[in-house]
Amino acid sequence: MTQTTSGLIIGMLLFLVAVGLTLIFGVLKVVNFSHGAFYMFGAYFAMTTYQLTESFALAMLAGAAGTAILGLVFERVFMSRVYGADVLMQLLVCYAFVLIFDDVVRIIWGPEFKAMGMPAAFQVMPLFIAGGVVPPYYLLLIGVALVAAIVLGLGLSRSRIGKVIRAAAHNPGMVSALGINTGLIYGGVFALGGMLAGLAGALAAPVRSLTPGMGFSVLIESFIVTVIGGMGSILGALIGALLLGLIRSFGSQGFPLFVEGLMYLFMVIVLVSKPTGLFGKEAA
Amino acid sequence: MTKTRRPGISRRSTLALMGAGAMSVAAPWVARAQAKTIKIGMPTILSGRVAQLGTSSRNAVMLEVEKVNGAGGLAGRQIEMVIRDSKGQPQEAARVARELVNTDGCELLLDGEASSGSFAVHEVARDLGVLCIHTCSEASSLTADPKQRIPNAFRCVRQGIHDSIVGGSYAASIAKAKGLKKWATCSPDYAYGRDTTGEFTLYLKRFAPDIEIISESWPKLFQADYTEVVTKILQAKPQALYSCLWGGDLTSYIDQANIYAMFSQMEVFAVNMADYTALTVVKNLPKGIHSGNRYIKTFPTTPENAAWGDAYKAKYNEYPTNWSWQNATAVMFLAEAAKKANSADGKKIAEVLKGLTIKCPFGADGTVTMRGDDHTLVGYAIGWGTTIPQEPYVPEVKAGDWKTIFELEAEWKKSKGYT
Repeated sequence: MTQTTSGLIIGMLLFLVAVGLTLIFGVLKVVNFSHGAFYMFGAYFAMTTYQLTESFALAMLAGAAGTAILGLVFERVFMSRVYGADVLMQLLVCYAFVLIFDDVVRIIWGPEFKAMGMPAAFQVMPLFIAGGVVPPYYLLLIGVALVAAIVLGLGLSRSRIGKVIRAAAHNPGMVSALGINTGLIYGGVFALGGMLAGLAGALAAPVRSLTPGMGFSVLIESFIVTVIGGMGSILGALIGALLLGLIRSFGSQGFPLFVEGLMYLFMVIVLVSKPTGLFGKEAA
Repeated sequence: MTKTRRPGISRRSTLALMGAGAMSVAAPWVARAQAKTIKIGMPTILSGRVAQLGTSSRNAVMLEVEKVNGAGGLAGRQIEMVIRDSKGQPQEAARVARELVNTDGCELLLDGEASSGSFAVHEVARDLGVLCIHTCSEASSLTADPKQRIPNAFRCVRQGIHDSIVGGSYAASIAKAKGLKKWATCSPDYAYGRDTTGEFTLYLKRFAPDIEIISESWPKLFQADYTEVVTKILQAKPQALYSCLWGGDLTSYIDQANIYAMFSQMEVFAVNMADYTALTVVKNLPKGIHSGNRYIKTFPTTPENAAWGDAYKAKYNEYPTNWSWQNATAVMFLAEAAKKANSADGKKIAEVLKGLTIKCPFGADGTVTMRGDDHTLVGYAIGWGTTIPQEPYVPEVKAGDWKTIFELEAEWKKSKGYT
């Protein structure tokens, strides 16, 4: 049971990062290779805010809002120029910014690793729920991720703005012709994606060390999640992230030397049996 | 008719020039040996994930070089350090080392590389014959393996096997006193993690034979999330845990294990905890983690060591690392050996370095020795203690016994076929 909860915990944090990636791909058709950098900025923004204010809530808010603004600026100034371009061009621009963002962090916060520290409110004994051990902080983390999943899922399928976003993803020319500012929608979606990664980074900051380049390993796992779940599918990202969390958790018990291998093996199996991912749609 | 010599360069002088040219290509430092300043080359890691260690190495070297230059230099020649970034890549370290000697005219090398890079620099030293002091690699085989040995290379670094012997004996004494029989290990999955853990458990079991390792975890290097590792260990319910995680990985692990209250459920032995880079970063450092000393200004408890740590902090606004004291010691050895040899010539210094004992703030008894038969550092302060969350972080360190270290090291070398 403890390994199941541990799988859930790993999966939920992964979901928060991966869902932004999948959202951006779903609407903008851009593989945002620099997504990990937003996770990193979220963590650093949260740490600095926490050090200045000692408020955990403000720290989370700063992580999310800071990366949302960064995402918006990044999309409007740079990414919007390469939407029509070759995929390779988009990847190169993103990769260039991975390196630039890492160096910016190095210049502002220094090359050495940092830690934010766990807020006193969460420095309590773990809870025992249905035979599994769950630290209260991770309960909060799971809660935030679930809320994000529900709001995004319902928002995209039910709300008016959600419908506009989906329409823009499907046929931007038509949406634009109807008098809707697609540039604003694209910028908004990119900002939302960046915000989710930033929030994940902020939530991870109290339990992970902060270093320039910390987004990269998270990015790789997020790609695995989106490939398994299906590029562009929010439900797919959730299921993919949870499956990956459970594989990591139980794999470390059963096959401690092959945990990484198991993750990739699972991805290969999914790709071979369903190339679009578990919840991916066939290309039109 | 008498032949008169034509103007221009004669065949004889052409040959002489070519000979001199060949000499300076083959051994370029010879041509520059009479230069007033002496250049010392140093490849080290100044960018990437462990840049902090390379920077702290450079800082310590510069701190000591200033003193040596202030006192007249190396046998009368002012030292000029040429320090280059290897990015932690072995092939780059080797390239930089070669360039430092061949192009920049460095006459001596300080090798500030981690283990992987230092073996590459060692081969460059073997090829060029230039005096090289390794200042960061803890891999025992670098000097213990006779195949590696060359007359012009020395290692001024703590050694993995020494740490394992002292750690194993310390942990066994705690295990016996507290009845800790079931142990788990959690170390990074690469050569250093596997070797160090293997050697630690070897000596732990030697000193306390009834110990059992009931769970092993090998998270990958720079892993972000340790949740599954933490819960796996908790479920195995060991009485004690050994880990050689280091740096940001160790601090992440502590933060993540902390919220599972792991540190109240078992004794934790983390060999790399007592290093300021980790101690000052962890915000909620649990009390009572057992750790080996890396660099700590309160061990050895001498005014010289405390003064050195404070001087470093005053200059660089942070505490030194384990790599710092080792690099500083290398410069101290160079200065002393040059004084004894009355020369800054690498070959003469190498001759004097063999078996040389110098006064040093980091010595177990105030001195350290460059052992003659395998060119490696011995007699440095080595010990284990438990942590507290504020300065001095490790208030009491139990010193290792060098007599025991020497005995078991000799035995280990025999078992490896090194002697």
